[in-house]
Amino acid sequence: MRRMVSRAVWPAVLLPLPLLCGCSSTQSPLFPAGQQAANLYDLLLLMSMVCGTIYVLVLGFLVLSLVRKRRASVAPNTVVAPPDKGLRHVLVVWSGFIIAALSVLVLGSFLADRGLARMQDAEVLDVRVNGHQWWWRIAYREPGGTSWIETANELHLPIDRTTRIQLVSGDVIHSFWVPNLAGKTDVVPGRNNSLDLTPRKTGWFRGQCAEYCGLQHAHMALDVKVDTAGEFAAWIARQKETAHPPTGDAVASRGLALIETGTCGLCHTIRGTAAQGRAGPDLTHIASRHSLAAGSLPMSRGALQGWIAQPQAVKPGTLMPFIPLEPADLNAIAHYLEQRQ
Amino acid sequence: MTFALQSNEPKTSERHARLAQTWADAPGIWGFLTTVDHKRIAARYILTTVVLLFAAGMLALHMRLQLSFPELKVLGPQGYNEAFSLHGSTMLFLVSVPVMEAMGIWLVPLMLGQRALAFPRLAAFSFWLYVGGVMTLWVSHALDITPDLGWFEYPPLSGSAYSPGHRADIWAQMITFTEVAALAASVNMVATILKMRPPGMTLARMPLFLWAMLVASLMTIFAMPAVMLVTSMLISDRLVSTVFFAPTQGGDILLFQHLFWFFGHPEVYMIFIPAVGFITAIVETFSRRTIVGHTAMVLSVVAIGVLAFGLWVHHMFAVGLPKLGNSFFTAASLAIALPAGIQVFCWIATIWSGRPQFYTPFLWVIGFIITFVMGGLSGVMTASAPLDLQLTDTYFVVAHFHYVLVGGAIFPLLGAFCYWYPKATGRMMSERWGWASFLLIVGGFNLGFFPMHILGLMGMPRRVYTYDPSLGWSTLNMVATLGSAIAVLGGLIFVANAFLSLWRGAPAGPDPWGGSTLEWAASSPPPQHNFDYTPVVNSIAPLWSEDPLRMLDGVGVSRREVLVSSLAEAHPEYRQKSAQPSIWPLLAAIAVSIMFIGSIFTPWAVVWGSLPIAGALTAWFWPQRPRSKTGPLRVRV
Repeated sequence: MRRMVSRAVWPAVLLPLPLLCGCSSTQSPLFPAGQQAANLYDLLLLMSMVCGTIYVLVLGFLVLSLVRKRRASVAPNTVVAPPDKGLRHVLVVWSGFIIAALSVLVLGSFLADRGLARMQDAEVLDVRVNGHQWWWRIAYREPGGTSWIETANELHLPIDRTTRIQLVSGDVIHSFWVPNLAGKTDVVPGRNNSLDLTPRKTGWFRGQCAEYCGLQHAHMALDVKVDTAGEFAAWIARQKETAHPPTGDAVASRGLALIETGTCGLCHTIRGTAAQGRAGPDLTHIASRHSLAAGSLPMSRGALQGWIAQPQAVKPGTLMPFIPLEPADLNAIAHYLEQRQ
Repeated sequence: MTFALQSNEPKTSERHARLAQTWADAPGIWGFLTTVDHKRIAARYILTTVVLLFAAGMLALHMRLQLSFPELKVLGPQGYNEAFSLHGSTMLFLVSVPVMEAMGIWLVPLMLGQRALAFPRLAAFSFWLYVGGVMTLWVSHALDITPDLGWFEYPPLSGSAYSPGHRADIWAQMITFTEVAALAASVNMVATILKMRPPGMTLARMPLFLWAMLVASLMTIFAMPAVMLVTSMLISDRLVSTVFFAPTQGGDILLFQHLFWFFGHPEVYMIFIPAVGFITAIVETFSRRTIVGHTAMVLSVVAIGVLAFGLWVHHMFAVGLPKLGNSFFTAASLAIALPAGIQVFCWIATIWSGRPQFYTPFLWVIGFIITFVMGGLSGVMTASAPLDLQLTDTYFVVAHFHYVLVGGAIFPLLGAFCYWYPKATGRMMSERWGWASFLLIVGGFNLGFFPMHILGLMGMPRRVYTYDPSLGWSTLNMVATLGSAIAVLGGLIFVANAFLSLWRGAPAGPDPWGGSTLEWAASSPPPQHNFDYTPVVNSIAPLWSEDPLRMLDGVGVSRREVLVSSLAEAHPEYRQKSAQPSIWPLLAAIAVSIMFIGSIFTPWAVVWGSLPIAGALTAWFWPQRPRSKTGPLRVRV
């Protein structure tokens, strides 16, 4: 691929600094893993080089102008009036240079924008992403069907295939941003925005809400997994499954009963059970996810139990309320959810 | 107009004493409340902004502490959101814009050889109303009802559904306060610069600082109504359930953003363009020559003033507007690099062909160029619609606009402060401590803010109160905190230097730097009436001219008068009575404040609150005998 080659030449320009600082590469436009992000990375390099050159020129001119007359000092408060003709000519050349540089950048920018708008594939995978305070509702159109398969805070994408993300907001303005794959697009109530993602590398990436959306804007992340075609098909098949009642596990059965009859089911859905609330994330396959509470905690049994017990301590202000639970009940609920792979 | 030569007139010292008596304020607190002296008003404005700069700087340091390591709990999410909202709103609405106007209020009459502004009482009203805005925001902070939705308050987050209570309204009304104050100051600037220039100061001979203030003030007049409109629409959505920003009922959320940025983008140039004036004045004086390419500089300032209104959409590239339109705004945004590039060239070319003298004001010019050019170039990068999708709302943008606003406006302001300090106080600031504060502030700033470019490129979004340790942002955040702390230390040294120099500074004399413009012809500090005679100007640098400065006589000595001249050629036209001190600007400002604050709580405040305002304005403008009875204008040799 042409773009991959051009990137292989240039990492030396921008990469050393962040790498020296020990920064991670899963949420950064400097490590493109998708077609759109690669286009933008090339544009970033072009711009950095042009702007860097101009900066060096200006600073060089400044330094020379400061040192060249150091010794030629004059008596205080005398005034000089040298001829400016030469400098005026240089000003014309300088203006010409700026215009040329700006033209290159406008053209580069325009071409990159066209590249983003260009259809990568004739057929796209439809995914609907709904921004909420402070989590992401994600829904896949069932292959060959009309219904939607819902999940939350974790996006799976097949490699080398274009996915069109339809962005809708459930409340305020958010911004969908997975920098390794593409630039951000705002999620605006009353508008139907969309963006195309064409991943070129498999692996885990991270996205984060980029428009201030209230108290817990900082904890509105999303995990993105780029799968091979086979992995993706298997994942979507599993997500489609509804929950079976636990058999031969009294604690899990008790957990499910508590969810269905208690407070949990008012806000959360577990497909295949009586829990059918719509206010919070779908929990049907919660344990299969990488993290919990929109990237606030890595997924584990302990994290699940802690989150349910004290949501306001983990993510102060989250709309998930604190529900007083007996330790045994808490344990049963966490035990059941832990099995929701 | 005919000029008679100097004839039988009072002796100079006697005349000075009479003028001083004519222009004197009442003593004590009454004089403090009623003064219409542009220097006193500007000094209050500037001191208030310095106090607020310190307070908002402390908020910034608090935020930096919270972010220096991942998952700290120095400030909770609510505290952090309040801190960045208060920091941004204060810095933009209560510090940057007012301080530039205040510098204009102080300097413009002096640079014009005038005794007062065109509308002295309006300047007083502007200041008192500005104080109302300051109190609205900061008393609310003390009462723990701090606005917490950023300096922009986008709906629907700022709608009543997601922001119950009065935090959002307080922000919106604070805007109304400061915008009315800014409009009052700007109208004053424009009228003074266009109609009160001294004889001989044609438009072509006008110093660049005056051009800068003129353009910035005209921009204020055109841009501010947009934000007043939009905040009023927001308040009316919240207070009386209009639906301007309710998409389900036919409103449009993006209308808010368009109107806000139609003001918001010109605003940064309203802050930057006066700084262009400061830098040019300092560069000329300390290079010992007039600016290279004066005409090109004037044209570039005007060009920026015009272009600034055509690029607001570059704050909205990610909201999903049509791509062709975005491309237009990309080109318009990049185009502004041309006039800015010409300005930078002219400054450096002036230094190149002049004899640079390294006094503190000039150091700030160097700090300004190093920092501002970097900010301008990162601005070029964010102006690209597609690339902006990766950069906007990240720390890259935080770095960018701090480089532009601190490097491009605050550094020139500090330079201007050092440059005109001797004129205002009659004393010199310490050069040694000036060097120390310069190095600490510029060094600390760059150490603190350069890493933010990289943090942005490493994916760190803005307005997050904490971050996950696995993202690896902690090293750079720690460096940023360290740099900010160093810069704050430098700022404290700067203020201490300014304060102590009031007593310990060497006496300055009228013209310590050998400046070229008229303010250096007044004594330091200038008397209340500024000049005994009106200077007559015959070049762009009147004090550097071979001929001694000629003076015009005939403007009243025993009553407050100013000279009004023609717009382009500055021919003297007539003497205008200048307003006496009055309590009514203060009372009018109080009446307006009551109406504004009341309208946070009830729409009826607009109705009943108008009555005291009408009363105060009637008393303020009560007609007085306007005609002068003194003799004709004369040239004094």
